[in-house]
Amino acid sequence: MESVGNLVLYFVIVAIISVFSVMAVTSRKILRSATYLLFVLIGTAVVYFQLGYEFLGAVQIAVYAGGILVLFVFSILLTAQPNDKSEKLTSHRKFMGLAAAIGGVAVLLYALFTYPGFNCESLSNFMTAENELSMHKIGQALMGTEKFQYLLPFEAISVLLLACIIGGIVVARKR
Amino acid sequence: MDLTIMMYLIPSMIMFACGVYGFITRKNLIAILISLELMLNSVDINFVVFNRFLFPGQMEGMFFTLFAIGIAAAETALAIAIIINIFRSVNNVDIREINKMKF
Amino acid sequence: MDITLPLLILVLPIAMFLILGLCGMKMSHKFAGVLGTTGMGITAILAYTVAFTYFFSGNADFVTADGVRQQFEVFNYDWLAFTPTLIVQLGFLLDPISALMLVVITTISFFVHLYSLGYMHGEKGFQRYYAFLSLFSFSMLGLVVATNIFQMYIFWELVGVSSYLLIGFFYKLPSAVSASKKAFIVTRFADLGFLIGILILSFFTDTFNFVELTNNPESTLASISAGGAFMGCSVVTWALCLIFMGGMGKSAMMPLHIWLPDAMEGPTPVSALIHAATMVVAGVYLIARMFPVYCLDDASMNFIVIIGAITAFYAAVVACAQIDIKRVLAFSTISQIAFMMVSIGAARPELHEGLGYMSGMFHLFTHAMFKALLFLGAGALIHAVHSNNYTDMGGLRKYMPITHWTFLIGCLAIAGIPPFSGFFSKDEMLTAMYDNSMFLGVWMTMVAGLTAFYMFRLYYMIFWWEENPHYKDHKPHDSSWTMSLPLIILAVVSCVSGFIPFGHFVTWNGEPYDIHLKMSVAITSIVVAVVAIALATILYRKKNDVPAKMANSCRWLWTAANRRFYWDEIYMFVTHKIIFNIICKSIAWFDRHIIDGTMDMFAKVSQKASYAIRGMQSGSIQSYVLWYFAGALLLGLIVWVMVI
Repeated sequence: MESVGNLVLYFVIVAIISVFSVMAVTSRKILRSATYLLFVLIGTAVVYFQLGYEFLGAVQIAVYAGGILVLFVFSILLTAQPNDKSEKLTSHRKFMGLAAAIGGVAVLLYALFTYPGFNCESLSNFMTAENELSMHKIGQALMGTEKFQYLLPFEAISVLLLACIIGGIVVARKR
Repeated sequence: MDLTIMMYLIPSMIMFACGVYGFITRKNLIAILISLELMLNSVDINFVVFNRFLFPGQMEGMFFTLFAIGIAAAETALAIAIIINIFRSVNNVDIREINKMKF
Repeated sequence: MDITLPLLILVLPIAMFLILGLCGMKMSHKFAGVLGTTGMGITAILAYTVAFTYFFSGNADFVTADGVRQQFEVFNYDWLAFTPTLIVQLGFLLDPISALMLVVITTISFFVHLYSLGYMHGEKGFQRYYAFLSLFSFSMLGLVVATNIFQMYIFWELVGVSSYLLIGFFYKLPSAVSASKKAFIVTRFADLGFLIGILILSFFTDTFNFVELTNNPESTLASISAGGAFMGCSVVTWALCLIFMGGMGKSAMMPLHIWLPDAMEGPTPVSALIHAATMVVAGVYLIARMFPVYCLDDASMNFIVIIGAITAFYAAVVACAQIDIKRVLAFSTISQIAFMMVSIGAARPELHEGLGYMSGMFHLFTHAMFKALLFLGAGALIHAVHSNNYTDMGGLRKYMPITHWTFLIGCLAIAGIPPFSGFFSKDEMLTAMYDNSMFLGVWMTMVAGLTAFYMFRLYYMIFWWEENPHYKDHKPHDSSWTMSLPLIILAVVSCVSGFIPFGHFVTWNGEPYDIHLKMSVAITSIVVAVVAIALATILYRKKNDVPAKMANSCRWLWTAANRRFYWDEIYMFVTHKIIFNIICKSIAWFDRHIIDGTMDMFAKVSQKASYAIRGMQSGSIQSYVLWYFAGALLLGLIVWVMVI
């Protein structure tokens, strides 16, 4: 049995995620879309917190909400046309998109509800002390070279980011 | 009332469906990128949820998400660089105008 | 024997070819010519040295104590080792005939080099000409010293190529180009037979080597006979006749003779060297080289005799009706080579110790000298008159005394008048033919008479008959010393070479043989020759209308002979009308419509399909995603169906 606070938080998050997701893809103004995306990302971060991954939630906020979204906003401001306020959707394309989305949802729902492997235990059963993820454990796992330790991908990511920085500069610089 | 695994997977599914819809319907390249981020995010949630509910003692899902966030950051930065470049050359970010790579 | 000299004989000409071919354009004409001539002169001296050593040193390698000459491999390298048993070697075989050929080739080649200094003076591509001459000399020398039949084949093709290059030397003349193509294709076709013959022979004997093949001919034949029979002839006969086919091509025997008259489009010294003295006797040389094997197979020997006898007669008749003096000489060459072929074909070890072989090689030697002389003389005439036809000549004896006398000596030699060289060799050949069969002897005596007749007809038409009125504007005169000297020397050689005791040098088994004139044959042939010459003198010495009347009285015969009995037309008919029109066209149709059609169908189908689906490749990312997503859903659907 969950605590009431947890439940309330859950429903608020679900409402935020669902509503702002829809609004992000339907809003006609691109800057608003980006703002709604920010709310969705923050909602996601809260989900992480609720599931007990505080570090991940922090990263989500710092990188996504703090970094990527700023990039989006900048690029929107750079590419916005003065009177490019709205974009009309053709009904044909809208229909195709809707069909794809609904078809996908149908398949996923079917898969979810027919798959027998999920246990339906409550979240509180998993939030035990031994499952708690301390910063210490994460750091150990991130910096180790044993099994279930991630130094190599960590370094790979760092190289990737470097390559990405250089690539970004090369692609976007003025010639 | 219990918070079961389903109750997390369904919002993530909605988010994914929104991403698909946005990707297919939007015209603005940046909007398409936003839809892409939505889809990516929903997948991230799924990893974490599976980790928590199915393999509570381990950390793989979480780390996968961690790296996915890093890579998503890189990918977005590069994509935006490309978009800006396209904007410079054709003064437009409408996907329908950018269809020269065909036939 | 030290290998340096023999090796140098081969290396010098090829080095000259490379030097003149690669750097010739940087040299002046004169320097290139003198360089090539000097190189050939040195080669000739080396060849003389080698031949002299072989014949006279008495070294045990070359001759046994009781005077039998031996075959000696100076060197023999493995060149291409395909398998442990199939090895192609390159080497240098010294025996009587190869030593003889070394002398003949280098002598004629040197004189032609020298002569060309004057004849080709100022021609464009002078250096190229000398380079090709060197290439030819190299190939021909390599051919005669071949230790194995495969090496011979390689050099055989090389002389074919150099002949092609030299015939087509004036490549701006369409006639020269087509003549060179004709020569190449006809000889190449014959060489196909040669190659098949080589393959059959070596398949059954496991060797290419001449020494191994000929030292024990009975076992060679026995191993081939294991092949049994094919289409009514034994495999032995097939192999030997196919090898002879290569010789027919190179030596212009019927029906592969058609290239040689056209080959006269090349420069005249080239005709003297290649198409009179050396390359065209390669066929004779080939038969001589394989003689111990051939003489055991009567069928192939008879084949050679028949082909040779028909060719000799045919060419002699045609030569009587030609106007172009080089064509007359070309047909005379065909006839004389056929003479040698018949002689060798008629030779049997039991008849006069293989006299026909000896006399055939003897005639090869003397013929090379006097025919080269005649060709070089013809070259001098053409150089002076600027025409190939005797109708533009006549009465030249006063203007060109040196050419006149040397040409006369050449004519006397070929007609078989003693004491000129042709008499001795021809007499021996006729003796051998009478030994073989009476009919053959009579037939060939008749051909010898025809030879005397047409040669003197040519001689009188050129030097007597009636003076051409154009001489007043442009007075013909003897050529420079570079052209006259070879004529004089060759004339002297033609006078004296008949007295060489040839049987002491070249016999089929190496044992010395004393030539003794058989009086009945000698007198017959002299009488025939004298009568023929007298006839020619009566008809052609002074301008009269008897020859024209004779020609008119049997017009069809004269025309047919003039048109070479329509052999070229027959070839044209067979190749163009039958092979090109019927066979090739149907093959081309098949190729175009069935083979190409299949390929075109593949191409068209994929093209149509591509056009049909290219709309999917719209360049719009969103449709791609839509398709991708639809595919994923479909996959899910399929999985779902399968699970249920």
